[in-house]
Amino acid sequence: MAGFDKVVASYEEAMIGLEDDMTVLAGGFGLCGIPENLIAEIKRKGTKGLTVVSNNCGVDGFGLGILLEDKQVRKMVSSYVGENALFEKQLLNGELEVELTPQGTLAEKMRAGGAGIPAFYTATGVGTPVAEGKETKEFNGREYLLEEAIIGDFAIVKGWKADRYGNVIYRHTAQNFNPLAATAGKITVVEVEEIVEIGELDPAHIHTPGIYVDRVVLGTFEKRIEKRTVKTAE
Amino acid sequence: MSLTREQMAQRVAQELQDGFYVNLGIGIPTLVANYVPKNMAVMLQSENGLLGMGEFPTEETIDADMINAGKQTVTTVKGASIFSSAESFAMIRGGHVDLTVLGAFEVDVNGNIASWMIPNKLIKGMGGAMDLVAGAENIIVTMTHASKDGESKLLSNCSLPLTGKGCIKKVLTDLAWLEIENGTFVLKERAPGVSVEEIIEKTQGKLIVPDHVPEMTFVSL
Repeated sequence: MAGFDKVVASYEEAMIGLEDDMTVLAGGFGLCGIPENLIAEIKRKGTKGLTVVSNNCGVDGFGLGILLEDKQVRKMVSSYVGENALFEKQLLNGELEVELTPQGTLAEKMRAGGAGIPAFYTATGVGTPVAEGKETKEFNGREYLLEEAIIGDFAIVKGWKADRYGNVIYRHTAQNFNPLAATAGKITVVEVEEIVEIGELDPAHIHTPGIYVDRVVLGTFEKRIEKRTVKTAE
Repeated sequence: MSLTREQMAQRVAQELQDGFYVNLGIGIPTLVANYVPKNMAVMLQSENGLLGMGEFPTEETIDADMINAGKQTVTTVKGASIFSSAESFAMIRGGHVDLTVLGAFEVDVNGNIASWMIPNKLIKGMGGAMDLVAGAENIIVTMTHASKDGESKLLSNCSLPLTGKGCIKKVLTDLAWLEIENGTFVLKERAPGVSVEEIIEKTQGKLIVPDHVPEMTFVSL
């Protein structure tokens, strides 16, 4: 591999260095824009004790849900979970810990982590269970909560297209948390549907500049739909 | 008669203004989109990163990469934009969204709202609700006035863990339109055929009832 070329040949290579008890940030919203093959690679590796930071935890048998099957996840940091029966069972058994975090706070925690901001104040969660044990401060007569940034040992990201230098664009609402996770991983791995030559992507249209990206891997995707809604014929 | 879900959506839609950016929660709020008055442009924000949400796709145009915050497959309208979750919540938390409509379990006279957590029941999470209530200036809560067991949901103090503190000013129930002013509910309108007495009986928190409480009116589209 030379210079800025971030492309790796296999999923195995893409996840080299992932170890037990690490923190993994994952992009995606529901099942939309999830790094489904990188998740499958973590399952294959059998890495355990993971803290996974992701808006949701997939469903039974797909997405992050498959990491619950062999109890690879110790803790989830999410805004909304429980679309899967296994998650519920492990939570009630005490086998799984969950830290519920407001969705905007979760996004900002990743953004701040990637931007070198250790913590930030927000009005979100003031006076709620989320505020328990957290410092508050008043600005302009309103109370705000101090929330700490998140950094991951790994960030796993699903892009649409990337060039060999790791510049990434996302497709439609599959963007969601992906560009934020990409900034906040010590090692950021992006799997994409297409790898293009450098210069093919318009520099002004790059969502994630290659500076954040360590590895790019080409995949094929199932892209399962969680709630299939169509217009009824009139 | 108490309002149907469709009528509640219709009443909320009367609060829309031309040029509004609006975030609609799951349930009754989602139905509001069906009652946007003609000749009025409203742009729907979906917190997963979409401004300008359109209708559901057809079987031919369905796309796994194009969903709303309820995880339903959707389309975009002309002039839409798509962005990251951080950008989406910058809009919400920065107060750029003109109107937010969401459901709740309870609201109290101090504008507190409880909508996400019932102790000893499985907690799925708050999603974006805490950000929405903390960030929006103009929020309408839609909910039934009382539970199926007849327990009031309009309280002097919320009994459930909060979603947000002191952030609610307008509530539409199946019985009434109420506003919250200076630590009290104020009855502004009643559902057609619903008596002031019934509303008083089903409101546990302090309620001011003006001399004249008009009935809501519905214009057919």
